[in-house]
Amino acid sequence: MTPRPGFVLEVDRSTPPVLFWHGERFALERLPEGSRVVYAPEPLEPLADPVAAIRRALLHPLGDCEPLPALLRRGMRLTICFDDVSLPLPPMQAPDVRQLVIEQVLDLAAAAGVDDVVLVAALALHRRMTEPELRHALGDRIYDSFAPHGLLTQHDAEDPSNLVHLGQTDLGEDVEINKRAATGDLLVYVNINLVAMDGGHKSVATGLASYRSLRHHHNPQTMRHSRSFMDAPSSELHSSNWRMGRLIAASGVKVFQIETTLNTDTFPAQFAFLQKREWEWSLRDRLTYGATSAALDRAPARAARQIFHSIRAPHALTSVQAGEVEAVHAVTTAKVWDQQGVAVDGQSDILTMGLPYICPYNVNSIMNPILVACLGLGYFFNLYRGRPLVREGGVLILHHPTPWAFHPGHHPSYIDFFEQVLTQTTDPVEMSKTYEESFATDPWYVHLYRTGHAYHGVHPFYMWYWCAHALAHLSRVVVVGGDPNAVRRLGFSPASTFEDALEMAKDAVGPSPTLTHLHSPPILMADVR
Amino acid sequence: MSTLVVERNLPRFAAARLASAFGSGRSATVGALRLVDAERPALPGPNWVRVDPVLAGICGSDLSTVDGHSSRYFEDLVSFPFVPGHEVLGRVDGSGRAADGTPLGDGDRVVLEPVLGCAARGLDPPCPGCADGRVGNCERTAFGHLRPGLQTGYCADTGGGWSTAGLVAHPSQLHRVPDGLADEDAVVVEPLACAVHAALAAGVDDGETVAVLGAGTLGLLVTAALSHLAASGRAATPGALLVGGRYLHQRRLATELGATEALEPDQLGRAVRRRTRSLALGAQRGASRLTGGTDVVVDCVGSADSLAQSLAMVRPRGRIVLVGMPGRVHLDLAPLWHREVRLLGAYAYGHEAVGRRPVSDDRAGGAGPATQLPTFDLAIEIAGAMGPGRLVSARYPLERFEEALAHAGAAGRRGSVKIAFDLRSTGSKGRRR
Repeated sequence: MTPRPGFVLEVDRSTPPVLFWHGERFALERLPEGSRVVYAPEPLEPLADPVAAIRRALLHPLGDCEPLPALLRRGMRLTICFDDVSLPLPPMQAPDVRQLVIEQVLDLAAAAGVDDVVLVAALALHRRMTEPELRHALGDRIYDSFAPHGLLTQHDAEDPSNLVHLGQTDLGEDVEINKRAATGDLLVYVNINLVAMDGGHKSVATGLASYRSLRHHHNPQTMRHSRSFMDAPSSELHSSNWRMGRLIAASGVKVFQIETTLNTDTFPAQFAFLQKREWEWSLRDRLTYGATSAALDRAPARAARQIFHSIRAPHALTSVQAGEVEAVHAVTTAKVWDQQGVAVDGQSDILTMGLPYICPYNVNSIMNPILVACLGLGYFFNLYRGRPLVREGGVLILHHPTPWAFHPGHHPSYIDFFEQVLTQTTDPVEMSKTYEESFATDPWYVHLYRTGHAYHGVHPFYMWYWCAHALAHLSRVVVVGGDPNAVRRLGFSPASTFEDALEMAKDAVGPSPTLTHLHSPPILMADVR
Repeated sequence: MSTLVVERNLPRFAAARLASAFGSGRSATVGALRLVDAERPALPGPNWVRVDPVLAGICGSDLSTVDGHSSRYFEDLVSFPFVPGHEVLGRVDGSGRAADGTPLGDGDRVVLEPVLGCAARGLDPPCPGCADGRVGNCERTAFGHLRPGLQTGYCADTGGGWSTAGLVAHPSQLHRVPDGLADEDAVVVEPLACAVHAALAAGVDDGETVAVLGAGTLGLLVTAALSHLAASGRAATPGALLVGGRYLHQRRLATELGATEALEPDQLGRAVRRRTRSLALGAQRGASRLTGGTDVVVDCVGSADSLAQSLAMVRPRGRIVLVGMPGRVHLDLAPLWHREVRLLGAYAYGHEAVGRRPVSDDRAGGAGPATQLPTFDLAIEIAGAMGPGRLVSARYPLERFEEALAHAGAAGRRGSVKIAFDLRSTGSKGRRR
């Protein structure tokens, strides 16, 4: 049976209340008649034999690239880099696709007699992965073969002895990346392309870069001119990474790119109702929803967080392609759109979304207020091609508890950003001029990033920069059910109920607004015409 | 004439201590403080002047006394019964002279410098402290022709500000209030003088980071003093002035008064760390202490917690200036020893050496050209510039002393800073103009 494509529902009198994510909880909200609900397409059929597909991709590369076995030889230095814990979301059920791919690469390397192999987690400025997280991504066999010998490493963007400056692009952008990856004989990069902006030259140019390099595209100007991140021709972030990637290639760094796409099978069976359209909920779905909601409402926040972060998604592999970066990425992007694209006609005055418990930067952690802003305004708002789902001057309504809570080990600089920067300004440009450098070079944050499990000191700025386009586009952001003080600190407006939020939105956009609800996750991308 | 009197009554002190568990200042009904009808105090000697209080502030040390929490250290430095109130704006009853020798006429407004040093006690030659103009360091506050009392407001012979019966003051204790200074500004001159003294005792050098812990009256005035002394060229300019205040209105005021950043107290250490680019230890246990830290902490709280916090954020060889009145505290002094931190008390006032580079003991040649000026003159000058009357949140007649003290004890929570008695509004028993 062919899976159904994405769907846009127009709300009428018979439409049941619509599910909103609310962090580690849910809410059912009745939308005004005439509102639109954009649903994600159902999961594509997975590849029947993922291992065989991977092997086939390695042997039949795309673009100007030889098959992987032809690139492997005895005595060479092989570096295998892979996406970190921020992908996929939620973490997938074992075996992780990185494990499947890297096992195949290692088999070919072993067959070719390659014995100088190093694995590098491409962290960029993300936190270091823990041993359980590495074991989950790579499998015990790989972990136990490499980690004890120091051959499983995590990119350290603050280790000058392990960085190499390859030059500047035509626009003066510094390209500084991991030395082992850049100076080895072959760099194999293993991607999980959850959304359209993942992968391509961004893998190496961002994932293995230093702050010196990243600041050229992770800044308010670039983010504001990426409309959207998911639409490569309209993304300045994409353009900058492509300039850097081409410089990396021109510098002699040989990259063998492997990209994988997953279907939208996001939640295990006990949460099946999350992937259905409400009017199609069975009695079992309704009962499950009721029981789950009641249990979560009674559970302490910490317990609810633990429940959700233990979810392992049944994501399945829908494609794998390998070879030359740009040729591979063109196919990958098309596959992502095949799975996630939903055609939507026109913009609306109000965009609503329920934000879930997880984003790329709080896996096994706390979704702090800055990450709430980033998930809503940086990620979900940008899940479009063409035009945003909400018109310029429109209102975004988020549904999330937005707790004034931070993980001190993972997000230490976020706490200071929240207390010392957002109290002074919410303007991305001003904060980048006034505060970014001091956070980025703070020796304590550097220490925690390098030796603990902390995001880099500059990371909260990047989260805020992701919001730059939405902040300039929207007239107001309202958060339903959020901690009022935390919401106000973000520069947003708190509302205790969805009805209140709609009334507040009407103040900005007029008394009879059009409304679109983004029903995600599962992830979808709106192709707005 | 209405007068609030503290009598030596140990059961009542004990009761006050118990009652204060429900909130500072709420012990007035059961404690040793009583409202009585009292006579005007006798003049202790020639040249003494009668002063009718107009406004009299309620200080943290007053609350400690009322609540029965004062350190027993002070037992020999006070005499009972005494009339509290040492933050006093009053009018001269009769004539006399001010500390600077200028004549004072009947009805002239004066602020009281309450320390009862050698001059007030008729001791000649004076002790070394008084001889040096450091009257706050007087060694003889329990001697001379007055009964013990480190200040007016703690001495049985002088009266105090919380009275319509007036008080008596030695010329060395009186400072004329300039015509342009409002009553509410003037009543804050005494704590402002304490703040000026503390700010200068900190020995801040240009570019140094200063953290002020606490943003009640003293913390805010220290902030203002540091800011104004720097702006006027009388002291060095801090590189950053970070203030920790528990309440939003306190942080707003701190920013108005010159703070670079005003933060919640538990964020102050983080701000210091970031500002000084220090590393930290124990962060994962939630008890972070800095490896470096701020050059100076001005502790305007004076509790075990505030001292521990000060030690956690001051740099090696840095200074902690203790302004808030402490009592008995339990404190780990290992960091003080290990990091060679200097802990300085800053009490009262006297004369200050002001110049571009105040004395800073751990830097060779830190002292620059300095001028000796009375602390109160500096405080009056700063008061004229900053308008500290904005800190006076409420005024109460003496008869409502229980409400006044409860308000003062909960000032922060109630969005207030300084609470004062308004003796102008207290019946007709006092001599009013």
